[in-house]
Amino acid sequence: MNIVVLVKQVPDTATERKLTSDDKTLDRAASDGVINELDEYAIEEGLLLKEKHGGEVTILTMGPEQATDSIRKALSMGADKAVHVSDEALHGSDALQSAYALSRALGRIEFDLVVLGSESTDARTGVMGAALAEYLGVPQLTLADKVDVDGQAIKVQRLTDYGYDVVEAELPAVVSVVEKINEPRYPSFKLIMQAKKKPVEKLTIADAEIDAARVGLANATTETVDVAPAPPRAAGTIVKDEGEGGVKIAEFLAEKKFV
Amino acid sequence: MAEVLVLVDHVDGEVKKVTTELLTAARRLGEPAAVWIGEGADTGSAKLAEYGAEKVYVAPAEFNDYVVAPAAELLAKLAGDASAAAVLVSATPENKEVAGRTAVKLGSGVLTDAVDVSAEGVTEHSIFGGGTITHAKVTSGVPVIAVRPNSVPAEESPAAGAREEVSLELSDAAKGAKVTDRVVQEKGARPELTEAAIVVSGGRGVGSDDFSVVESLADSLGAAVGASRAAVDSGWYPNQFQVGQTGKTVSPNLYVALGISGAIQHRAGMQTSKNIVAVNKDPEAPIFELADFGVIGDLHKVAPQLTEEISKRK
Repeated sequence: MNIVVLVKQVPDTATERKLTSDDKTLDRAASDGVINELDEYAIEEGLLLKEKHGGEVTILTMGPEQATDSIRKALSMGADKAVHVSDEALHGSDALQSAYALSRALGRIEFDLVVLGSESTDARTGVMGAALAEYLGVPQLTLADKVDVDGQAIKVQRLTDYGYDVVEAELPAVVSVVEKINEPRYPSFKLIMQAKKKPVEKLTIADAEIDAARVGLANATTETVDVAPAPPRAAGTIVKDEGEGGVKIAEFLAEKKFV
Repeated sequence: MAEVLVLVDHVDGEVKKVTTELLTAARRLGEPAAVWIGEGADTGSAKLAEYGAEKVYVAPAEFNDYVVAPAAELLAKLAGDASAAAVLVSATPENKEVAGRTAVKLGSGVLTDAVDVSAEGVTEHSIFGGGTITHAKVTSGVPVIAVRPNSVPAEESPAAGAREEVSLELSDAAKGAKVTDRVVQEKGARPELTEAAIVVSGGRGVGSDDFSVVESLADSLGAAVGASRAAVDSGWYPNQFQVGQTGKTVSPNLYVALGISGAIQHRAGMQTSKNIVAVNKDPEAPIFELADFGVIGDLHKVAPQLTEEISKRK
């Protein structure tokens, strides 16, 4: 089975994240880049499926040169090879433009399954899996916390408000995974060494036949009008519990008309 | 005035509160037209009309048999036919997916997790765990906007609510992922987490899978129960109640954090709550930076006393 796992490099959530003041895009210089947390679950799921059904795991990343670090990390978890779409023309692409560009890159890769994290910690739009399935014209099996493949049939548990749906489809398909699906492995020393020799194919937008008029900040379908730090919350009242803590909260809630 | 499509969230005919909020927001942009999928429109339409729906488009329950794609096909068709001014959905994980696919079909743009929408279609967003506020707009085609529950106060504004059946033959592509079973997990009588006006959450400080101290307080307030990642990872409370960056995002009028330190992981899911109350043993816990009212103390003493006090005041 040919499995492609999408990996996005995002700013570390433990650092202060910013948008640039000039074009209001992500300030990649301000924070360290790390693999989007949910993508680690996607990589793990891809590896588990490969271990069970055979085949290959290819990492697909779109992003600037520095995303190479995240690609190496993904390869050191055990993926076989990677494709890195990197082009200045992609700078400032919004979620749907990115989905379009990735769908073009996927058009060059033979795949049975595309696996990705259900959202990224930076933009958190949560639309990528759905938009990709739409562009690719393949079934959408998103928000999965369990994935089973049997020949050409795939079955997932899709998280819902009330529990989960069982969803079935035929491959090829797009699967997005949620946090609790598995426990991502740590790279072993041996795999880290091997990862350095694994092939990473670099693609420009021309290589991937991505239409330059459909990507990049100038052609974005959405515009960030302004950016400002959130106004600080007014300092609250903090008291030490001396036996009356609960009563004091009740008084606060009464004042705010919650009780 | 151009139509503004609002995708209705309902459970067996009972319209969810977020839909009344969306209808209120839609009135700023044009004439609200509700889009109902499945059974129950007979009972639900009255409420939609009460909050300003001039029209109620009704599509058959078959549209729910497949994942997301039919809803997107429906919204894109209606938006095209009516030259809609915008499409609004609630910012749930599923509806954000619907929004994304709809915008791809329309060749337009999508904005997710808006906490406000202006008459000009400019949306407000709270990003990076609540530390930054942005405003944004769609620059190409029919804007598709996912609005976070509890963002726009619902206001009544009676309208016709004229029902219109939609006839749309789903494409084969929309039938690719079939829902073969729906499993309902314990829900109980509590309000749904993302919709609730009050949320009471427990974290590491709860100390065990006995969440009754959190649940009792929640029930006294008519609140939903949430849990931090630490509590969920410890197996103390089910996944679907996790509030935070990799869980649910909530924005209630009141958020009560019991034994939650307030790491960025958690703050990203609750920072836009209007009022925040925190109880934590550690005076240095970052949750106190957000709290409108905080008590440094043991939640196992403070929360039961609070529950009792609330019962007394009822």
